[in-house]
Amino acid sequence: MAVMIEARHLTHIYGQGMPDATTALEDVSFAVEEGDFVGIIGSTGSGKSTLITHFNGLLRPTSGQVLVGGRDLWAEPSKIREFRFLVGLVFQYPEYQLFEETVYKDIAYGPSNMGLPKEEIDRRVRRAAAFCGLDEALLASSPFELSGGQKRRAAVAGVLAMEPRVLVLDEPAAGLDPEGRDTILSQIKAYHKQTGITVLLVSHSMEDIARFANRVLVMDQRKIAMYDTVEKVFARAPELLELGLSVPQVTKIFLRLRELGLEIPADVYTMPYAVKTVLEAARAKGVL
Amino acid sequence: MQVQTTDNAMLRAENIRFRYSPESESYAVNGASLAVQKGEFVAVLGANGCGKSTLAKHFNAILLPESGTVTVEGMDTRDEERLYDIRQKVGMVFQNPDNQIVATVVEEDVAFALENLGVPPAEIRTRIDEAMQMAGIYKHRGKAPHKLSGGQKQRVAIAGVIALRPDCLVLDEATAMLDPRGREKVMSTIRRLNHEFGITVVAITHYMEEAAQADRVLVMSGGKIAMEGTPKEVFSQTERVRSLRLDVPQAAELRDELAKAGLPMPEGIITVEECAQALYRLLA
Amino acid sequence: MLRDITIGQHFPGNSVLHRMDPRLKLLLTIAYIVLLFLAANPVGLTLCLALLALLYRLARIPLRLIGKSLRPILPIVAFTAFLNLFFITGPGQPLWQWWVFRIYPEGVSYAVLMAVRILALIAGTSLLTYTTSPIVLTDAIERLLKPLARLRLPVHELAMMMTIALRFIPTLIDETDKIMNAQKARGAQLDCGSLKQRITALVPILIPLFISAFRRAEELAMAMECRCYRGGDGRTRLKVLRFTGADWASLAVGVLCLAGIFVTRFFFKGI
Repeated sequence: MAVMIEARHLTHIYGQGMPDATTALEDVSFAVEEGDFVGIIGSTGSGKSTLITHFNGLLRPTSGQVLVGGRDLWAEPSKIREFRFLVGLVFQYPEYQLFEETVYKDIAYGPSNMGLPKEEIDRRVRRAAAFCGLDEALLASSPFELSGGQKRRAAVAGVLAMEPRVLVLDEPAAGLDPEGRDTILSQIKAYHKQTGITVLLVSHSMEDIARFANRVLVMDQRKIAMYDTVEKVFARAPELLELGLSVPQVTKIFLRLRELGLEIPADVYTMPYAVKTVLEAARAKGVL
Repeated sequence: MQVQTTDNAMLRAENIRFRYSPESESYAVNGASLAVQKGEFVAVLGANGCGKSTLAKHFNAILLPESGTVTVEGMDTRDEERLYDIRQKVGMVFQNPDNQIVATVVEEDVAFALENLGVPPAEIRTRIDEAMQMAGIYKHRGKAPHKLSGGQKQRVAIAGVIALRPDCLVLDEATAMLDPRGREKVMSTIRRLNHEFGITVVAITHYMEEAAQADRVLVMSGGKIAMEGTPKEVFSQTERVRSLRLDVPQAAELRDELAKAGLPMPEGIITVEECAQALYRLLA
Repeated sequence: MLRDITIGQHFPGNSVLHRMDPRLKLLLTIAYIVLLFLAANPVGLTLCLALLALLYRLARIPLRLIGKSLRPILPIVAFTAFLNLFFITGPGQPLWQWWVFRIYPEGVSYAVLMAVRILALIAGTSLLTYTTSPIVLTDAIERLLKPLARLRLPVHELAMMMTIALRFIPTLIDETDKIMNAQKARGAQLDCGSLKQRITALVPILIPLFISAFRRAEELAMAMECRCYRGGDGRTRLKVLRFTGADWASLAVGVLCLAGIFVTRFFFKGI
């Protein structure tokens, strides 16, 4: 597999040279393979938002490099806009960026900025809307008449319509109710599966990360604390808790069982695997 | 003469209905009845659009019911003469911390409600100091609100309300925009206000983890109260809660799955500890 | 980035000037500005500058801050001085002439006068904002204008609006930053193209910003109502402005200094 996104000794300092300069990222290096679904976790102020805004060139590294598809973003600063289309970035509460008269026009904003022909824009808008579960009928209505969950999905569709090769999402489910959250995350997962694009998902919900990602990047105090497969990261649950992060509730149950002295695996983080593990243990024990 | 109710209810809603426009066919709150006792911590849980925020705004006369009655310690919210008494008794904290802070300095903002009521300055001082300590933001009193984190801002908003010395605090999705740490801080502040100072708490939320900390949970759906009981009673009915488009604790979910597979799991498990203990008894 | 802009330019401290009653500071600043016009003689202006320098020392405000507040207006000062230099004519011989340009002694003194006056004016008002937080200043304005409330002027409402505006400026700047980033992520080009293109490019930023500002206003109004806000009648304040002994002393010293500068106009020829 080819490396899709890479950070090399990436450091970012806000307001460098000013008396109130703050370092947000310090010597961060890692690589994401094409087609991966990476969950990014870390407490507020750990640097994850700063990190993701580097991937499409909205922020420029103070030192170090960011590469997308093997190309250094800042090799030719005048061409930075190409990376905005290559790496689609969905910010927190993206519905606040909606501005057009109709949902259709709003989703078409990104593709139009790419200078695509009209038919291509039309194809992309309809495709993105369908992926996000927005009815054709909704495309003609004003984005401000939609429900909260629909607005959020329209905003995500606006980024998907650029058909980026990497999709970066900052807490796409923040503030939504359980159903809204499940809808949007399942759609993102389905999109990832069908198109094979690389996805980076920032989330505070360990349950969501456990369900959707295959790798996890843990940020702590401006640096990478862990970067590994989901199983390996959640197997280090005690360390995650020490970093002030939570782990899925099922993981906590298994952690507690081990504390009580039971011989049981610690890398349990999803419901089906938890059920399977307990049932196996029960069979071995003869209670089932 | 005001009719004095003899019961101990802080808030009482009787069969209230409300819609946002008289032309609208659907009612946001459609025949909800409930009572909240003094000193209780009640969570109102529900998916988006179930009417929970609309209901909350009835508790301090921001909205008035189209039919039915809402009373605060026996005072009808439609009684205009008691409006400010009601608003002093029931404090409200909203979702977005940025949109409820008025002043450019924390302590000035906490003083806002007392200034409005014409409280003498010396008394304002003692009451806001007390409120800021209760909310755990005393050390930030001289700061500008925009320099604080979301959780801190929300606690400033709480302090601004408890400076009024209300008997009841209504939180309308007050933690929805916060990160886990801010959410935890706000929730522990609220629990403390409830336990130590006996303030009645009504927390409107869609986070199951928060509702699990309450004395009693009300689940709303379609503008009505659909379920009611202790967190244990409510969350152990996993299928029912799911059908109302809500989450259940993973502990309850795991218990249900295992019971379905034939493992003899006891009922009423909703916490990590309960689940781990039950499994330990089975497997050790 | 937008958030680098500083607003209010308050420089917190605990000097005599910081502690002085804001109403007194406001009135003395106004008197000082008037004086810059009434004492337009070399001695008067020199004394004005000396007084200002002394006050800056008292307030312990670093020199670079004065420079920072003066820098933006330097082009205006230079332009005014330039105009005065060449367009003021006097009865005598020009000091210098070339083609149609003539410089008279009156032009030179007038140019200097204007430059000094503008710089002193800005430095003087900056001193007020450096030593007084915006909220205290708003409070002082409200109290000084209180008599006008009898004339049905909405003094309290205006002061409340100012407070809320001050409170929300940082929030909205932050929001603008976020919206700009979100639209840039969709390929918006904000800093190139023709004037028309640049104006059109602002639409995707301004519309969400306005919508958000209205939503905030609505929510804020509800939160204020919940906290028993009902206008200025019967309202008390946490911080009561009280004229202390130190304020009376400052008033006396201030009046003496300003009066001293004022009388120079009777002894020295004005410019």
